[in-house]
Amino acid sequence: MNARILHIASNTFREAVRDRVLYNLIAFAVLLSGAAILVGQISIDIEKLVVINLGLTAVSLFGIVIAIFIGIGLVSKEIEKRTLYTVLSRPVRRWEFIVGKYFGLAGTLVVNTFFMAIGVFAALFYVSHKFVRADALVLVALYFIILEFLIICSLALLFSSFSSPLLSAVFAFSLFVIGSFAEDLRGFAAITHGFTRWLVTGAAYLVPNFSAFNIVSSIAHEQPVAMQLVWHNTLYALFYAAMALSGAVLIFEYRNLK
Amino acid sequence: MNAIEILGLEKTYRVGFWAKRQKRALHPLHLSVEEGEIFGFLGPNGAGKTTTLKLLMGLVFPSAGSARILGRDWTDPEVKAQIGFLPEQPYFYDHLTAHELLNYYAQLSGVPAKERSRRVESTLQRVALANVQGVQLRKFSKGMLQRVGIAQAILHEPKVVFFDEPMSGLDPIGRREVRDLMEQLKHEGKTVFFSTHILSDAEALCDRVAIIHQGELRGIGAVEDLTSSVQGKVEIVWQGTQVPASMKALGADCHVTGDTVRAVIDERQQDAAIDALRRERLRLIALTPMRTSLEAYFVERLQRAETTAGSTV
Repeated sequence: MNARILHIASNTFREAVRDRVLYNLIAFAVLLSGAAILVGQISIDIEKLVVINLGLTAVSLFGIVIAIFIGIGLVSKEIEKRTLYTVLSRPVRRWEFIVGKYFGLAGTLVVNTFFMAIGVFAALFYVSHKFVRADALVLVALYFIILEFLIICSLALLFSSFSSPLLSAVFAFSLFVIGSFAEDLRGFAAITHGFTRWLVTGAAYLVPNFSAFNIVSSIAHEQPVAMQLVWHNTLYALFYAAMALSGAVLIFEYRNLK
Repeated sequence: MNAIEILGLEKTYRVGFWAKRQKRALHPLHLSVEEGEIFGFLGPNGAGKTTTLKLLMGLVFPSAGSARILGRDWTDPEVKAQIGFLPEQPYFYDHLTAHELLNYYAQLSGVPAKERSRRVESTLQRVALANVQGVQLRKFSKGMLQRVGIAQAILHEPKVVFFDEPMSGLDPIGRREVRDLMEQLKHEGKTVFFSTHILSDAEALCDRVAIIHQGELRGIGAVEDLTSSVQGKVEIVWQGTQVPASMKALGADCHVTGDTVRAVIDERQQDAAIDALRRERLRLIALTPMRTSLEAYFVERLQRAETTAGSTV
C-alpha cells in the first residue's frame, strides 16, 4: 500500500481509539455478560441460540453505529476544523486522503469486531461450557458483519464528502435500514409493472443488499453456510465499497474547501 | 529566480440556493515573489488574502489562471514537498500530542524515517515548545496551537513558506519570536510569503508588500519605495524654546516641547533652515526625512480604491 495512505489510515485509527470509540466494548461486554448469565438461568436448551442471536446482533448494531458516526465526520469535520488544510498542502493527493481515511475506519471496526467476537465466544463458553465444531460458523457470521461494515464505511464516507454530518448520518442510516430489506424490495419490484417496475427494480439493486449478509438466525440453528454465498457476499461487498469509495473520491477531487 | 509566480489566478464563487449568482472573491491576480524574499500580502479582513493562499495550496480551484512555484506548476505534488503552509487560526487533531502530530506530518511530507525524530525535536525547540511531551493538543492554548502550526509548516525544511496571519493569537513576546523566526528563515535562504492585516509586522519584516482589497491588487512594491519620498518634507529638531523669525519665514510648521523645537519644512528648504539655525547659534539635534508610514500608504490605497469604485457606480 502507498505509504501516505498507510500513515493517514493509522492516524485515523489512532484518533478513533483516543476518542474513546472503543469504550463501546465495555458496554458490549456488560450487555453480553448480563445476557449470558440471565439466559443461563431462565432458558432451557436454547441458551446457545439466544446468546448467538443476541451477541451477533449486538456486534452488528454496535459496529454500524460506530461506522456511521465516525464515517460521517471523517471528511466534513476535517474541512470544518481545517485540519485538512495542513494535510492537503503536503504532497498528498486527495484520493489518497479518502482511501487512507477509509482504511483507518475499516481497521478500527475490524479491531472492534475482534474484541466483540472474543466476548461472544466467552459468552458461548459460559452457557455451554464447551466449544463444538458448529460454533465455527459464528466466525462466518462475523466475517459477513465485517463485510457489511466495509459497505457502511464507504457509504458514510461518500455522504461525508459532500454533505453535513447530520445529513450524512440520516442518509447512511436510511440506506442501512432500506438495505436490510433489499430482498423484500426486489420481491416488490417483481410484482409491479411498467415504469414503476423499472424504477423500483433500479432502486432495489442500487441500495446495498444487507439482507444477504444476515445469516445470524441460520447460524444460531447450526445450519451450514454455502461457500458460494461466502464468495458472492465477499465480491459484492468489495465491489459495492469500491464503487461508493470511487464516488467519494470523485466528488472530493473537485470540491472547493472553502 | 522567482520563487512564486501568480499568473492571473482568479476565483468566482456561485452563490445562492440555485447557485446562479456569482461572487468574485479574487480578480485576476498577477504577482511574483523572488527567492529569499519576505513578502507581505496585506489587506483588510475579507480582502481575498486567504482565498489567494487557498488557491496556491490547491484547497480551492481557480476559475481561471495558474501559478508557478519554484519554477514548476503549482499543482505538481513534487512542488508541495518544497512548501510549508500555516493556515489562519490552525486547528489540529485534538487527541494527538505535538510530537505525534509533527511525526505524522513528517511522514506525509516524506521526511526519511531515521531523520524524523530529530527533526521533530529540533522544530519544537525552534518554536519554544520543547517541554510539551505527552500533552494532547486539546489542552494547548491558542498561542501554543499557533506555534504548533508554525512548527508543522517548517518541519520538512521547505524552500517556500506560506503563513496566513502568523501573528494571530500570539502575545507580544510570541509575536516577536515569530518575527525573529521569519528573519531566520530568510537568512537560511527561504522565501516567506505571509498575509497579515497588522501593518507594523509587515513594515518591520517585509522586503516587499502587496496590498489587496475587495479581491483586487491595489499596490505592490518594496517597503522603502512605498514609504519614502512621498511627502518630500524633512523634520528638524533643535535645542531651544523660541522659533527664530528666519525659520518662520521658510514656512516651517513648528512645535515647542520643553527645551526642544520640532519643525517640519519642505525638503528644498533644508539647507536654508540649517543656515538659519547656525546664524541664531542654535544646536541642531536631528534632521530626518519625513517618510510616509506603511499604514498611511495602505489607507491611501484603500481610499483611492473606494473613490474609484464610487465614481464608477
